[in-house]
Amino acid sequence: MKKQKLLNQAIFNLLFIFVCMLVIIPFVLVVSASLSSEKDIVEYGYQIIPKNLDLSAYRYIFKNPKSIINAYKITFLFSVIYTFLSTLLMSMLAHMLSKRNLKGKSFFAFYIYFTMLFSGGLVPTYILNTQMLHLDDTIWIYIVPSLITPWYVFLLRTFFQGIPYEINEAAVVDGANEYTIFLKIVLPLSKPALATVALFMFLGKWNDWYTSMLYINDESLISLQYLLQRIMQNIKLIQEASYDTSMLAETTEIPSETVRMAMAIVVAGPALVVFPFFQKYFVKGLTVGSVKG
Amino acid sequence: MNIKTPSVVRPKQAFYKSNNFQAYTIGAIPLLLIFIFNYLPMFGVIIAFKDYRFDKGIFGSEWVGLDNFKMFVSSNDFTRITINTLYLNAIFIAAGIISALIVAILLYEIKSRNATKVYQTLLITPHFLSWVVVSYMAYAFLHPSYGLVNSVIGMFGAEPVDWYSKPEAWPLILTIASVWKHVGMDSVIYYASMMGIDNSLYEVADIEGANAWQKTRYVTLPSLVPLISVLTILKIGSIFRADFGLFYQLTRDIGALYDATDVIDTYIFRTMRVVGDMGVSSAVGLMQSLVGFVLVMLTNYVSKKIEPDNALF
Repeated sequence: MKKQKLLNQAIFNLLFIFVCMLVIIPFVLVVSASLSSEKDIVEYGYQIIPKNLDLSAYRYIFKNPKSIINAYKITFLFSVIYTFLSTLLMSMLAHMLSKRNLKGKSFFAFYIYFTMLFSGGLVPTYILNTQMLHLDDTIWIYIVPSLITPWYVFLLRTFFQGIPYEINEAAVVDGANEYTIFLKIVLPLSKPALATVALFMFLGKWNDWYTSMLYINDESLISLQYLLQRIMQNIKLIQEASYDTSMLAETTEIPSETVRMAMAIVVAGPALVVFPFFQKYFVKGLTVGSVKG
Repeated sequence: MNIKTPSVVRPKQAFYKSNNFQAYTIGAIPLLLIFIFNYLPMFGVIIAFKDYRFDKGIFGSEWVGLDNFKMFVSSNDFTRITINTLYLNAIFIAAGIISALIVAILLYEIKSRNATKVYQTLLITPHFLSWVVVSYMAYAFLHPSYGLVNSVIGMFGAEPVDWYSKPEAWPLILTIASVWKHVGMDSVIYYASMMGIDNSLYEVADIEGANAWQKTRYVTLPSLVPLISVLTILKIGSIFRADFGLFYQLTRDIGALYDATDVIDTYIFRTMRVVGDMGVSSAVGLMQSLVGFVLVMLTNYVSKKIEPDNALF
């Protein structure tokens, strides 16, 4: 019986090792391609293990990394501002909704919930942002329109409702007003929930290419992911970004396949190293608190 | 949830009132943002009934009645993108739920906590990537001359395939990509729910001499049925919405693939951004929103019938 169990465990573990390998192969393939020489790719195709280690793709990118560094800066900037503001504003709204005895509470909950059921769609949103609010080609387009996500408002509300009401009452007896309660009691007691929501907001913004594609024409404001997207469409963009026109002659022999893959690593790598450390919070965000309107 | 809270703190009533007012002020800015960015565009759906021109604006543009809708419905695009959206999303839903369920059940069988953690972390990693990065991975697999897939089938003597001009392969490619990206995160929900199953059920099964498969079949699965049905129903409620990034980035927006990969969301985007027809694009968007709305209401009604606790509202 015991032997049988051990055998079962071995089989299940082997199975998972196999599945995990399948999941990881795309990563390995891209890393390996970025470390190959262009000649090997042309000759043998993309390989799981590089035939010869060759760092020239990275050297090529880092020769003049201006556009990448700029995209990193912009993306980091709007992601941080966005994460801070959206987490704060959503918890403000969630706090209001979590108040007991608040008049019109169910109306407000419905007001928020309805936006999950029906939306004006792409065209009206686009016209609002570009023709009326003139947010296009500014950094605010990344931040302002998407500050409130109803789903997370309800998640935070559920969490806030779990804070013992006695604390609230005691604070009121001591003369605290609503602002003090929110800032000094609710927020500090909700750190895990706030961290979870903040991480989801940050991840979503960090991976944003859609906003740039729709609203940004100014090269200096495009996001990291959109830069990567455009390099997929046109590898020459790397040349334009990294070379003066006087050096154009040199750029004819661009190692396009390996540079492409190296770009993907430069863009996705740092996030891939950092995000898994916060996996605990991501998992929590899925399982904590049901969403009920 | 309709229990009235007894008002035992009557002397403090006035105090609570002023606190209520302050609570409104805290919620005011977010509520205003929702009005501007969610409700104002809803009024913008009138564009669907106009021949919108940027120079004339929403109110200056001419009314054209249902012309935009007629134009779209009578075109070939209508059937194509509707069928593609429904068909592909149906496959994604089925493949997504089955794969997540299998992973969760198998993960539950593994006794070592550390091993479980490692597997989970690895399976979740794709979730952190944008579709842009995934499109690079797909490119490395599918490149007509250098791609890994062609190298592998070449070893068995098959001719290389130009995947980016072969629409019939793409339902499968997109399904694999979708499952690959979501299976880790999706399985977490089932796994968490399995942790909550009453252990005594398994003990009884052990005494009765049930094997692992029987325990899965007669204890685990039945306990998960409510969750599975609710998640399925929720997904069916949004079956009219396609994951724009998946369809736009992985296919690299290549026209030769539209037959199999053009869906409502990519069509709306292209009609607006490339064709520049705001009226038709907005009409398609409005139809999508309305059908989506009806579907959510319907599925919510059904899930309320099955399991009142799990209905959304």
